[in-house]
Amino acid sequence: MNEKASLKERVVKTVLTIFALSSLLFLFLIFIFILIEGSPLFLKVGLKNIIFGFKWAPTKGSFGIFPMIISSFLVTFGALIIGAPLGLSCAIYLSEYSGKRLKMILKPALELLAGIPSVVYGFLGVIYIVPLVRNYLGGSGFSLISTSIILGIMILPTIISISFDSIMSVPKTYREGSYAMGATKWQTIYKIVVPSARSGILASFILGMGRAIGETMAVIMIAGNALKIPMSLTDPLRTLTGNIALELAYATGDHRLGLFSTGIVLLVIIMALNYIANFGIKRRSQ
Amino acid sequence: MVKKIGIFLIIFSVIFVCSCANKEKKHSGKKHTITIAGSTSVMPFTEKLAEFFMIQNPKFIIDVQGGGSTAGIQACLNNTVDLGMSSRKLKEGERLNEIIICYDGISIVVHPDNPINGLTLEQVRAIFSAKIKNWKELGWKDRRIDAITREEGSGTRGSFEDLVMHGEEIDDSIMVQDSNGSVKEIVATDPYAIGYISLGLVDKRVKAMPIDGVIPTVSSIKTGAYKIMRPFLLLSNGDPDDHVREFIEFILSKQGQEILRKEGLIGSYE
Repeated sequence: MNEKASLKERVVKTVLTIFALSSLLFLFLIFIFILIEGSPLFLKVGLKNIIFGFKWAPTKGSFGIFPMIISSFLVTFGALIIGAPLGLSCAIYLSEYSGKRLKMILKPALELLAGIPSVVYGFLGVIYIVPLVRNYLGGSGFSLISTSIILGIMILPTIISISFDSIMSVPKTYREGSYAMGATKWQTIYKIVVPSARSGILASFILGMGRAIGETMAVIMIAGNALKIPMSLTDPLRTLTGNIALELAYATGDHRLGLFSTGIVLLVIIMALNYIANFGIKRRSQ
Repeated sequence: MVKKIGIFLIIFSVIFVCSCANKEKKHSGKKHTITIAGSTSVMPFTEKLAEFFMIQNPKFIIDVQGGGSTAGIQACLNNTVDLGMSSRKLKEGERLNEIIICYDGISIVVHPDNPINGLTLEQVRAIFSAKIKNWKELGWKDRRIDAITREEGSGTRGSFEDLVMHGEEIDDSIMVQDSNGSVKEIVATDPYAIGYISLGLVDKRVKAMPIDGVIPTVSSIKTGAYKIMRPFLLLSNGDPDDHVREFIEFILSKQGQEILRKEGLIGSYE
């Protein structure tokens, strides 16, 4: 009986190990696949002409994605400007001020916010945000600012949940020490709690950026997708992800390869962001 | 729990085996396969026609692929497909049999509230190459024009470039959408927008702009007065064989043309 049980244990362990490693395999395969498809064009056209090229006309032999890289970062920072203060305030409120009952409502609501499909955000953007921007700020409404607002809302759950965890993990003794020195609650929060949770909060911002830069569906619907670098808040723009999704349907030959090289650039940016975020989290735990 | 999983497995395997068996059966009869490739603008209509044709003639399998007009023409020249599809006219040196299955008009559309009642082809070209950026230059209010084009590689964009732009480039500042539907959606909601879509999709929500004084309609395209239109072609290298001919005859028959007309295209039989 005992032997049978241990055999079962071992089988379960092996099966679980295989499944766990398979996720690593998927990541590896995706990476290899994109690299194989995308790198020939880098060799053919040249890294510089792709990354720093201003002209994207893949059917006519120009593969410059520099405006899209800039646009991707612009919307990402825009999203951060809107999402970071909102998210951080919400996390501070949740951990320091809110009562148990309110927390029980707010937390699941936030999880729900994370679960809403991006096409729904895009739809709401087209129906409400775009006309608002068009009527009050001018331009077509399909713009940098509309996209930033929608992405800012979309990254809220990421920012709130990670900031909340890192604020909660600040030891209670820190707060008690601060109160003992006669500090008020707000003084304690901004002098003691937030600085102690700083690296976790930064990590939440960076992961939020990763989410914003990778978002596709909502962005295609509200960004307007023009190829030029936006010069004002009301100008349309095209992001890296948008470029791939927009043109994939008809792309053949070099055009298709061009979209894969866009994918490589995107992958590198997201990996860098994730690496920076992990670095932040590690520093906190030390 | 284990029992439940077992039952599920059995059900799934039964379904799987059944579906496989079904396929086998289908393939076992004598089948004529027709392969078609080319323009992605023509593809959806050819697919629709093929669907109807295969229901009526179960011994045919019609395989329709995309790839673009140029790829379709090349494949047809190399005899790798039975029929090519093209949404542009053939160039010199591309010696193939062409069968015009229908015509498609491209309408320049604006918001219904737009008071301008007609543009010239030059003005449209200037708008999309960003030489005219403001509605004021066209005699309306002082407001930026929100022009919308289709994405690179789209057949409709290709025809628009040929028929309207005449070699000039569509400017980078023009907004891009990836379907007729989303272009129409923006034009229907933004009073200052202008875009181009297939004639078949024009309805009350958008206003089709007369170009050089000609309103795009089925009849003005038939007479050739409205210039922004393109033929949808099927191509064959030499004379098509009997099976392929049967499919072509179906497309050109009243029933086939009726299917195309319902899709908003203009029949070639009149």
